[in-house]
Amino acid sequence: MRSWPGLLAVLLTACGGVAAPAATPDPVEGNVTVFAAASLTEAFNQVGADFHARHQGAAVHFNFAGSSTLVTNLTNGAQADVFASADEPNMAKVTAGGLTAAPPQIFATNKLEIVVGAGNPKHITGLADLAQPGLIVVLAAPAVPAGHYAGQALQAAGVKVTPASLELDVKAVVSKVALGEADAGIVYVTDVRAGGARVAGAPIPDAQNVVARYPVAVLKGSSGAVAGQAFVDYLLGADGQKTLARFGFTGP
Amino acid sequence: MLFFLLPLAGLVARAPWNDAVGQLSAPESRLAFQLSLLTSFSATALAVVFGVPLAWLIARVRFRGRNVLRALVTLPMVLPPVVGGVALLLAFGRRGLLGPLLAAAGIHLPFTTAGAVLAETFVAMPFLVITVEAGLRSMDLRYEEAARTLGAGRWYLFRRVTLPLVLPSLLAGSVLCWARALGEFGATITFAGNFPGTTQTLPLAVYLELETRPDAAIMLSLVLLLVSLAVLVGLRDRWLGAG
Repeated sequence: MRSWPGLLAVLLTACGGVAAPAATPDPVEGNVTVFAAASLTEAFNQVGADFHARHQGAAVHFNFAGSSTLVTNLTNGAQADVFASADEPNMAKVTAGGLTAAPPQIFATNKLEIVVGAGNPKHITGLADLAQPGLIVVLAAPAVPAGHYAGQALQAAGVKVTPASLELDVKAVVSKVALGEADAGIVYVTDVRAGGARVAGAPIPDAQNVVARYPVAVLKGSSGAVAGQAFVDYLLGADGQKTLARFGFTGP
Repeated sequence: MLFFLLPLAGLVARAPWNDAVGQLSAPESRLAFQLSLLTSFSATALAVVFGVPLAWLIARVRFRGRNVLRALVTLPMVLPPVVGGVALLLAFGRRGLLGPLLAAAGIHLPFTTAGAVLAETFVAMPFLVITVEAGLRSMDLRYEEAARTLGAGRWYLFRRVTLPLVLPSLLAGSVLCWARALGEFGATITFAGNFPGTTQTLPLAVYLELETRPDAAIMLSLVLLLVSLAVLVGLRDRWLGAG
């Protein structure tokens, strides 16, 4: 009520150019349940807070986990309004199950980086260093997008690594390195940034790196479809993209 | 009643019966089986070795802080296992309290089978301790007194009187402890990680297979469920009911 221009902007963003309905109250209300890849944790928490600031009547609830875990939940009947995956194969399983209300859209891309302890005590400078004997390397499980991508990168680099553990999501890889239990892991650029001072990163050259494409889709039979669509629109809009970029994601 | 029966029925209904043997004999499943048997029995053995003296101490010896000790021992029963795993990392991990000491001794626990055993022991031992403690408490002390007046030494007394009397509780406690160790998930994945053949026990395999090969996950779940059921039915008839 305080700022009419603000509300107008909201309506324009939310409706994406379609003629705004004459109704004065914000049509975007209720709860939006978003199932999102673990790597989106920090960025989406911010996007969710910004979205709520725009639409006071709408609250976003997140369930962050490895994309493959989320797919298992969804195909077994978990109720959610929006699904954001860290890769296309996992989204394809949801689409194949007839669970999406609209075709998925890519909203962000990401790249891999080697995560090491703060100060890089083992002097790791590239993927080849991960094959050093005695080095404890942790990866995400192959079903998890980050694990799948890491496998591709290692293959591109021609490096064979024997991981000590295959974690259930990418954040677990970061925390094993942050706690000092593992010497290195392969995660997203954004995870290294989100890891803060406890970790450092060693870049992977483009020739060996992969481009992780993140698709998002509104789910069928969702109780908060209007608000869910508004969240996706916000994510794809300028403000959502700006926030994602702030957390290190690149555009679609 | 239905609430407890339906999940079981769900597993049975969705189980790939045509290919049950195939799913269970897949390399991943077999590795997880072998590892789970090894770790759960090792954890039970450790729990017996350390848990029986502990139970005896709590049940028989009066000392200050006994209640605190009992609370401490039973803590892993109510603690979320993942929290237990984090606590283990902070104690026995590379940067943990004992980390430098263990490293100096050349022992590395996280990401090893020994770490999985440790995690299972931590979570499962309380079941043995409280069962044995209850057995020791409910025991008729006059037998021990009679033996003592007849000149039995401490060790002889324990071996020939106390142990046989507490044996049913010890067996029941060991089985409960073993079953809990077999089902351990949270502390194991947090402390020991997940790698096939090293730390990927049956419950971890179930979780991951559910995402890639659901049929295998269902068969493994069914096996775990049958084991649990067998344990409970066996315990009820043999020991718990007879007590």
